[in-house]
Amino acid sequence: MSKRKAQQPENDRWQLRLYVAGQTPKSIAAMSNLKRLCETHMAGHYEIEVIDLLKNPKLAAGDQILAIPTLVRKLPAPVKKIIGDLSDEVRTLVGLDVRPAQPPGAIRDSKVMDL
Amino acid sequence: MVYPTAFQSYITNQQERHRKKTFREERVAFLRKLEVDFLPPNAIDKKENSMQTQSPTKKLTGIAKCPTGIRGLDEITDGGLPKGRPTLICGAAGCGKTLLATEFIVRGAGEFNEPGVFMAFEETGKELADNVASLGFDLASLIRHKKVVVDHVRIERSEIEETGEYDLEGLFIRLGAAIDGIGAKRVVLDSIEELFAGLPNQAIVRSELRRLFLWLKDKGVTAVITGEQGEKTLTRHGLEEYISDCVIFLDHRVNNQIATRRLRIVKYRGSAHGTNEYPTLIDQQGLSVLPISSLGLNYPVSSERVSSGIPRLDTMLGGKGYFKGSSILLSGTAGSGKTSIASAFANSVCQSGGRCLYWSSEESPGQIVRDMASIGFDLDRHVRKNLLRFHSIRPTLYGLENHLVVLHKMVTEFRPDALIMDPITNLTAVGNDAEIKGMLTRVIDFLKNEGITAIFTSLTAGGTILEQSEVGVSSLMDAWLLLSMVQSASERNRVLYLLKSRGMDHSNQMREFVLTGNGIELVDVYAGLDTVYTGAARLSQKARDEAEALARRQAEDRRQRDLDMERRSLQTQLDALQTRLANITAEQELGLSQEKLRDDADQRTESQMARARKAD
Repeated sequence: MSKRKAQQPENDRWQLRLYVAGQTPKSIAAMSNLKRLCETHMAGHYEIEVIDLLKNPKLAAGDQILAIPTLVRKLPAPVKKIIGDLSDEVRTLVGLDVRPAQPPGAIRDSKVMDL
Repeated sequence: MVYPTAFQSYITNQQERHRKKTFREERVAFLRKLEVDFLPPNAIDKKENSMQTQSPTKKLTGIAKCPTGIRGLDEITDGGLPKGRPTLICGAAGCGKTLLATEFIVRGAGEFNEPGVFMAFEETGKELADNVASLGFDLASLIRHKKVVVDHVRIERSEIEETGEYDLEGLFIRLGAAIDGIGAKRVVLDSIEELFAGLPNQAIVRSELRRLFLWLKDKGVTAVITGEQGEKTLTRHGLEEYISDCVIFLDHRVNNQIATRRLRIVKYRGSAHGTNEYPTLIDQQGLSVLPISSLGLNYPVSSERVSSGIPRLDTMLGGKGYFKGSSILLSGTAGSGKTSIASAFANSVCQSGGRCLYWSSEESPGQIVRDMASIGFDLDRHVRKNLLRFHSIRPTLYGLENHLVVLHKMVTEFRPDALIMDPITNLTAVGNDAEIKGMLTRVIDFLKNEGITAIFTSLTAGGTILEQSEVGVSSLMDAWLLLSMVQSASERNRVLYLLKSRGMDHSNQMREFVLTGNGIELVDVYAGLDTVYTGAARLSQKARDEAEALARRQAEDRRQRDLDMERRSLQTQLDALQTRLANITAEQELGLSQEKLRDDADQRTESQMARARKAD
């Protein structure tokens, strides 16, 4: 995996880990929200790993997981943690530090400030 | 209708709990029904009968207790913390909450064979191990032997972004894995208030905490939770709402530059407990609490006597000495000999093989040994044989309560037969009279329970009324020996007398005593009309008395001699008369016998003549 400095962060490999505890409504919502988000903003550059703590409880200590569901951004560094079912998309993006992809067909105006 | 997230989570929790409850009830009902259907008919009757007879005779016991192993805490909680329930330990920063929690776990694993889990939110495992290493707790070895699990939970607020609904199931899973991993019976969460600082949504944290404590109860582990003291509440975030089974409050106060630690059991559901504030001490063996008020006025009493070390003083004390286990006050002005008399007692105790503890707040051990050697007490020998132990300490080193705790520990460890506190009046530097009296009451209660004879020396300031003991403790003492200096002519001499001695007929004589190179000697009493003579006056009086005695003896001798002579002369007269009497008697007898002889001769002659004449 290339570790070149990110000039365009959205082109790097994204490694995300989602911690859940069994199939609860929150976990299912988080998973679907995450998939949708990744498809929208990091298509093709991401990797999601889902860890079920009910099956592997010892893994909670490694990443210091307290809240469920928690999304951990492993790559790119630094590690970021996002708790909740990811229903608030704006905050999720801020938390992950993702530049949101422009919808196709939008007018790129240099005077418009990039989000 | 869209509910706000907090309320929503509350409802989910409620539904969850209700669902669980109904399910549990259904399960129980089903099992019961099963039991009834499949048991043979007789069994049901028998079972009902046995149940009926069981309840009236069954003894009601209280809640189960989990002993902590912390000295004193188990006594004031009447057995320990409530088993299977959470206990809250709160206090300001630096009060010893983490220490108490750690000791709970370590002693549980080491002494009571109950594995424990320590969830640390503030310190890492290594920091904890290092911190308690100085107390002799080997946390690392317990972890290696799978008796203790230390889990450090790090919550970094800057790393966390909240994006929706969540719960703290991760914490439950970690805790559950740790508990099940070693079969833990004890859990510590230190300090769980970090969750409030780390996670933004207070409502979720609160509801999850409530769920956590119920979950801990279900697991059946005895949990200790620490929380920092709030402004007006017991804890900053109000943890006491959730943990209401047992709350212990630790306090660390500074009074007059002296710091004291105190512990108070704010509440304890389901058990009797000590309600006062108890002083605590943190030393090389961990935390210790002194349950001082638990001693009542009901201690065993002995009729044995111990010698005071000065034989003539023993005679003053009803002939045999002090009662074993009694408390004796030795008060006097400066230089009146208090330390010397106390050392005489120590010497006598050690010589008879007993142990003595000497608590000194004025002189160092070396100084006392040297000074007492000058009056003939070899205390060094006893120190070397470990029969005499000195504890010299300036009173201002710590507060009164800590002095009490230290004394308590030393006595329990050394098990002496006698204790000397020399002097107690120095304690006024760390407390007022009422506090000192309180502390001494507790000391005396404790010593009487152990049957330890105690001597307390007290310095009375010169010029005050001698019989007013400076800290008002004379009512606590069984015997009071007052030492004073009597001034006469150009000198001052030492005098002692027994003001009171409970339970024995003691002398009321004021005796002079001297400190000689062979010990303390009580001198013969030379009493005049209204005073006792001391020093030079005594010597002159002694001389005068002796002269008088001599004169009397001489006069008597002379009279004897005169009478002797008279008797002798009378005796001679008597002898002379008796001789004359003997002579006359002899003459008489002689006359009588001669007469008889003559008669006999005459008769014989007559009979001869008659025969010759052939007359008859």
